[in-house]
Amino acid sequence: MSTAFEHPTYNYKVVRQFAIMTVVWGIVGMSMGLVLAGQLVWPELNLGLPWTSFGRLRPLHTNLVIFAFGGSALFATSYYVVQRTCQVRLVSDRLAAFTFWGYQAVLVSAVITLPMGLTEVKEYAELEWPIDIVLAVVWVVYAIVFLGTIKVRRTSHIYVANWFFAAFILTIAVLHIVNSAALPVTAGYSISAYAGAVDAMVQWWYGHNAVGFFLTAGFLGMMYYFVPKQAERPVYSYRLSIVHFWSLIMIYMWAGPHHLHYTALPNWAQSLGMAMSIILLAPSWGGMINGMMTLSGAWHKLRTDPTLRFLVVALSFYGMSTFEGPMMAVKTVNALSHYTDWTIGHVHAGALGWVAMITIGSLYHMVPRLFGRTEMYSVKLIAVHFWLSTVGTVLYIAAMWVNGILQGLMWRAINPDGTLMYTFIESIEASGPGYLVRMIGGLFWVIGMWVMAANVFMTARRPAPRHEPMPQPA
Amino acid sequence: MSTLWGNDLSGFWSAWIIIITLGSIGLAFWLLYANRRTDKVPDSDGNVDTTGHMADGIAEYDNPLPRWWFLLYIGTVIFALCYLALYPGLGNFTGLLGWSQEAQWEKEVTEADARFTPIFEQYQAVPIPELAEDAEAMQVAERIFLNNCAICHGSNARGGNGFPDLTDEDWLYGGTPEAITHTLEKGRSGTMPAWQQLGEDNIENITQFVLSMSGNAEDPQRAAAGETMFTSMCTACHGPQGTGNQALGAPNLADDIWLYQAPGQSVADSVRETLRNGRNGQMPAQAEWIGEERVHLVAAYVYHLGQQHPDK
Ligand code: HEC
Ligand code: HEC
Ligand code: HEM
Ligand code: HEM
Repeated sequence: MSTAFEHPTYNYKVVRQFAIMTVVWGIVGMSMGLVLAGQLVWPELNLGLPWTSFGRLRPLHTNLVIFAFGGSALFATSYYVVQRTCQVRLVSDRLAAFTFWGYQAVLVSAVITLPMGLTEVKEYAELEWPIDIVLAVVWVVYAIVFLGTIKVRRTSHIYVANWFFAAFILTIAVLHIVNSAALPVTAGYSISAYAGAVDAMVQWWYGHNAVGFFLTAGFLGMMYYFVPKQAERPVYSYRLSIVHFWSLIMIYMWAGPHHLHYTALPNWAQSLGMAMSIILLAPSWGGMINGMMTLSGAWHKLRTDPTLRFLVVALSFYGMSTFEGPMMAVKTVNALSHYTDWTIGHVHAGALGWVAMITIGSLYHMVPRLFGRTEMYSVKLIAVHFWLSTVGTVLYIAAMWVNGILQGLMWRAINPDGTLMYTFIESIEASGPGYLVRMIGGLFWVIGMWVMAANVFMTARRPAPRHEPMPQPA
Repeated sequence: MSTLWGNDLSGFWSAWIIIITLGSIGLAFWLLYANRRTDKVPDSDGNVDTTGHMADGIAEYDNPLPRWWFLLYIGTVIFALCYLALYPGLGNFTGLLGWSQEAQWEKEVTEADARFTPIFEQYQAVPIPELAEDAEAMQVAERIFLNNCAICHGSNARGGNGFPDLTDEDWLYGGTPEAITHTLEKGRSGTMPAWQQLGEDNIENITQFVLSMSGNAEDPQRAAAGETMFTSMCTACHGPQGTGNQALGAPNLADDIWLYQAPGQSVADSVRETLRNGRNGQMPAQAEWIGEERVHLVAAYVYHLGQQHPDK
């Protein structure tokens, strides 16, 4: 792969590195998801070995798709966007390179330690303390590079995408450090600094804000740059972006307890989490609306531009999952949905429909520019990828809705004498077809990612050097 | 007034929560309200331009907030405030409805008990052997079994590795109504000591002897060598003929029915594993968990299963 093309002003090298790793980790992480989906259909795929068992591969999947795939995408796009919208090079190439190698080192240690069973047993924060420390250092350096670049910007205004990236970077630093506080016992074992219901609350304060700031704010940053750019339209409303940005930040922080409904968490905390989750609908939809309305006047482009289609469908799934979320946060609904596949469906509506789609759309816009081209090697292949992903997502979510509601209803069905109508295993048996459909959806996704890899490879292989003039500050 | 305030939190923390909750909602509302309209006029294409920010070629309109979105936002805020007035949420304030999950749970359990206990009580006076003949009772009992026991003993009660088959005539602790009731009420814990210290050679000899009792020996010479060790170390619990002891839950080793045998494992390997590592099967006590009435009914079910066995 040639890297002969260098932009005269911007540091595209680190962006390229992260962009390539996004595709690589996307394939690895989603394949891991496919393996899990397969294990739920055919338990023999656990292979009877501890390292390949569902319990160890599941956190590997979540870490790889969220932090490796999603994280690399956020690094790549935030570095790209901050340079282009501030019209300066990253403040330090060395620190930027450090974030790349440091972050990849964290990810590789995850691939090694999670199958070994080394874990802090906190969901989405499984990595043991030595890795946590490295991650904290990398993250602080990331903040320095990103915020430092904003500081030396050559524009007067800080573009809205950068607010979202900055909020994401700062909040994740705080969340990670607070939630991972632990007393080390050995290099591979530590005890959480919190106990009991407090530990649970800290974990889900972290967990929900990981959704809010990692999987939402960061990707909204991406949205705010790549949607108007690809549609070649102005952002619909500056005012709306201010209102929904600040509301999102303020309200998300409160919503964590909806993960702990009907538990040992005090009543007041649960209700508060529910009330705030309902309000959260509005700021979330503010982002979706701003993206969608930006397209007004450019709808016809959807017919010819599959990249734009990725971005628009991502926004639709974002709207859908942020409607579903507040609904699931209502206690009466949660009493049915919790512990079922409905949650898994909601997760992947957000994860595949929103996070992965917006990432892929952004990459298809960015990759050719990183390699000095105007377009991807094949627009047709983008269209193929688009259909694979869309159909895959729909299969996945629909299967999980059916399964989730089925399970919820079966678990609460009782006979006239008060005994349960179904045993647990019967609900698992009834879920079989759904698991199979979900696995097929996952297969579509993995195939799509390979199509993308081929397209990116062909685009990178034959660079057509082209020097962009510096845009003039307005 | 006092009934509307609980004491989960100290006054300080309660006040703190109320202030930051209402403060955050208020701030969100103010932000929304302050930005509800724009005084700039739309240009020819109907959009309102900003002061001319330009970021990498991206301009921003300053269009007003969409009206339906504005109303949606207000709606969610109103919902949240009403909810916090009715339910606990604002610190120690318990909400106007006085609801709590604990109270809801207690209410539901009381209601369920009132509704369902009579169904089980009608069977309590009936002796187990008689109850086992009552088809209707056995239908209810089967459901109790499926809900509470199938997870270990299997839906068909045929057991699995370490979990006894309840349909056969081979009882660890006895198949009389009294023995079964005792098993269910108090639980059982079987302890088979480990014999690692005897060394692999001796373990192999004893294994062969154990197998010989049910006609499965692979190596008669070793079996003969194992007999004396069995007599001195095992008969105390398993009896001189290896037929077991129900007082201890020591299984009958002579009947070719095995409590422990993993899928795909040979009987010989299972016996070796038992001897090397020992075993400790736990049958959890049920009385406190499902109540005396249900224990009585499901005991009759287990008895009924035994009665149905073809050997009978
Ligand atoms: C202290 C009493 C005690 C002694 C001594 C004892 N056993 Fe046991 N044995 C038990 C009990 C109780 C069980 C059932 C364990 C359970 O329920 O988990 C058992 C289980 C077994 C089993 C498993 C049976 C099956 O169906 O899988 C074998 C085989 C066995 N014993 C052989 C021996 C041999 C051979 C010796 C002598 C070396 C011995 N036991 C000594 C109490 C004893
Ligand atoms: C957590 C798993 C578990 C559950 C749940 C469970 N059992 Fe058991 N049960 C066992 C084990 C293990 C043993 C054997 C104990 C031993 O090895 O000494 C056992 C033994 C028994 C026995 C004695 C069998 C004999 O041969 O003497 C009976 C009867 C029995 N269980 C009935 C029930 C019933 C009825 C229920 C439901 C109300 C139930 N069990 C629930 C694990 C369980
Ligand atoms: C090929 C695509 C994918 C497949 C087949 C897949 C499959 C799975 C499976 C089978 C599980 C376990 C569900 C269970 O325990 O019942 C899971 C969990 C999860 N996956 Fe995926 N996944 C895919 C892509 C993704 C992506 C791209 C993301 C994030 C960006 C993601 C995030 C998650 C999360 C957060 C969980 C944990 C959910 C929870 O605990 O509630 N997945 N996935
Ligand atoms: C307004 C926005 C949202 C709200 C109020 C919300 C609410 C919820 C609720 C109530 C649950 C179920 C908790 C449970 O029963 O255990 C949940 C789970 C989850 N949601 Fe959302 N959601 C929102 C948006 C999103 C988005 C956009 C994503 C992903 C990109 C996402 C990712 C997740 C994940 C990963 C879980 C599973 C957590 C776990 O149990 O492991 N959510 N969410």
